[in-house]
Amino acid sequence: MATKKMVDVFSDIDRDTALKANPSGYAITELAAEDDRIVTLTADLSNVLAEFRKAFPERYIELGIAETNSVSLAAGMASCGFRPYIFSMAPFGVLKTAEQLRTDADYNHLPVRLVGRLSGLAMGYFGTSHYAVEDLAIARMMANTTVVAPADPNAVLGIMRATADLDGPVYIRIAEATDPVYDEVPEFAHGQWPRLREGHDITLAGHGMGVGLAVGAAKVLQDEHGIGADVYDAAYIKPFDEAAIVATASRTGKVLTIEDHIEIGGLGSIVAETVGRHKLAVDLMQAALPDKDLEVGVPAELYEYYGLTVPGVVAKALELMKR
Amino acid sequence: MADDSLSARAGTSPATLDRERQVTDAELLRRADWIRLQTVELIAQAGLGHYSSTFSCAEIVATLYYHTLRLRPGEPDWADRDRFLLGKGHVATGLWPVLADLGYYPHSWLKQFGKVGSPLNDHPNMKLAHGIDFSSGSLGHNLSVGTGMALAGRLSGRDYRTFVLTGDGELQEGQVWEAAMAAGHYKLGNLVAIVDANGFSGSGPTSQAMNIEPLPDRFTAFGWLVREVDGHDVGALRATFDTLPDTSSEQPVCVIARTRKGHGVDMMEKQPQAWHLGLLTPEQQADVIAEITARMELAAGTAQ
Repeated sequence: MATKKMVDVFSDIDRDTALKANPSGYAITELAAEDDRIVTLTADLSNVLAEFRKAFPERYIELGIAETNSVSLAAGMASCGFRPYIFSMAPFGVLKTAEQLRTDADYNHLPVRLVGRLSGLAMGYFGTSHYAVEDLAIARMMANTTVVAPADPNAVLGIMRATADLDGPVYIRIAEATDPVYDEVPEFAHGQWPRLREGHDITLAGHGMGVGLAVGAAKVLQDEHGIGADVYDAAYIKPFDEAAIVATASRTGKVLTIEDHIEIGGLGSIVAETVGRHKLAVDLMQAALPDKDLEVGVPAELYEYYGLTVPGVVAKALELMKR
Repeated sequence: MADDSLSARAGTSPATLDRERQVTDAELLRRADWIRLQTVELIAQAGLGHYSSTFSCAEIVATLYYHTLRLRPGEPDWADRDRFLLGKGHVATGLWPVLADLGYYPHSWLKQFGKVGSPLNDHPNMKLAHGIDFSSGSLGHNLSVGTGMALAGRLSGRDYRTFVLTGDGELQEGQVWEAAMAAGHYKLGNLVAIVDANGFSGSGPTSQAMNIEPLPDRFTAFGWLVREVDGHDVGALRATFDTLPDTSSEQPVCVIARTRKGHGVDMMEKQPQAWHLGLLTPEQQADVIAEITARMELAAGTAQ
């Protein structure tokens, strides 16, 4: 379990660990070197683009603390042939600008990318105003928008590569407190969930920080309880991997979803909607955030409180196995 | 003009309509009244529409499309075209006949206006109709979008201008001022905001709902070059647009066009609010058409 303190979230980037420390900032700098249509915009989040600004100062546009303007302005640039990536704190980037994302980017099928840093409870200590725990539910309602939630720094680079050429909008939800999942940068196929471990007793599927928890829990379940978990990286929230859900749910009959998102509208809902549509008799359970007022604290303690830890996921899995 | 398909047009080499095209004031006024007549007909066909807001900017739209904008209707995505954004998207009814007349799509499309599946609706959709540089409908967005287009012009080294027509009530939206701040900050002299200051929003006098004045001072304070003009004086509008600073200049321009909501139709000038959204009865429609037609005929007679 990551025990990152708040101070670390904003710390300066060590060049040698640029990808690990600031994966989206590193990834966009790499992508921009290959595609001169890429520009970046931030609403007062320039620190995450230090490398990009150094490499491409003229392609960086600071817009101050004005998120709604950033999204509509980016849509205007996209309509003129650019590929704008807006770097934003997830709560302000998605919730505050939902209507601009829908009306200006999504309805017009424009290649606006929103990179939501500090999603979920990553800014827990700052209070519930800084939570982005409804963002996936909002983003995946948008008909033409691709929604992705990478599991770790390598996955951030992999998924930003995989979505770079899409012609429509993309929401990239960046989780901060992730356990490493991928040893190398993975190649993602559009809308498909990598199967990280094969098992026949229970399915564990997560996105973002939930993937590392799923991988960690699967190991404990196997080593200590002899339970074989089928583990998926649900990196694509939209389009999601319907075939993978049907296949694994049919195999195991038990699906536990893991996400730092409200239990409504996110991955848990996606799985429930899918197994319902396919008339599969499947036991479902969620390790997610409750649909009520949330507590405030440093992220690591909040994750403990809400069971978004390896032991928490193992406990839920064992509960589901007993049903 | 006969209906012809877009594919047939694609075969011809696209002609450019240059900036500052030759046109008389009388012709622009006639064109503005033609927009009014077309609007009345389209609204009758659809069953509901925004009359008085469309009429307040008819001279502005006529001057831009028949004199000011650099366009290539046969190549609607031409990268160097001047952009026009209808921030006050609820007046698209007045734009549809103009774009058909300039050849962006066949006139037959107008007959589908307001029907399910029609590319032309009460608010404009860039995905459906050529000539629409950006969709609108949600007030307050398009000055941000236009600022993005102006920034894109700077980055790509193109000298197109981006015009954004906003309502005055629209200026109550906070996002407009985020955009105004950004345009001033980035010194976007290739951006022109035109405020159709007709003094009314949907429910009543604009500044009674929320004061927006003094508009010139407010835009000036945000770093804009401000020009104030009678929005129905096509000569003044033409002169204002003809003397815009070069696109490489370093101040965005705000043209505050003082207008009358419902201009050109006596009953609507007297009751602008009642005709923000509505439908004329057949008798009223006949009277309105007679009033506008008589004016056009009188102007034509005077011109001879």
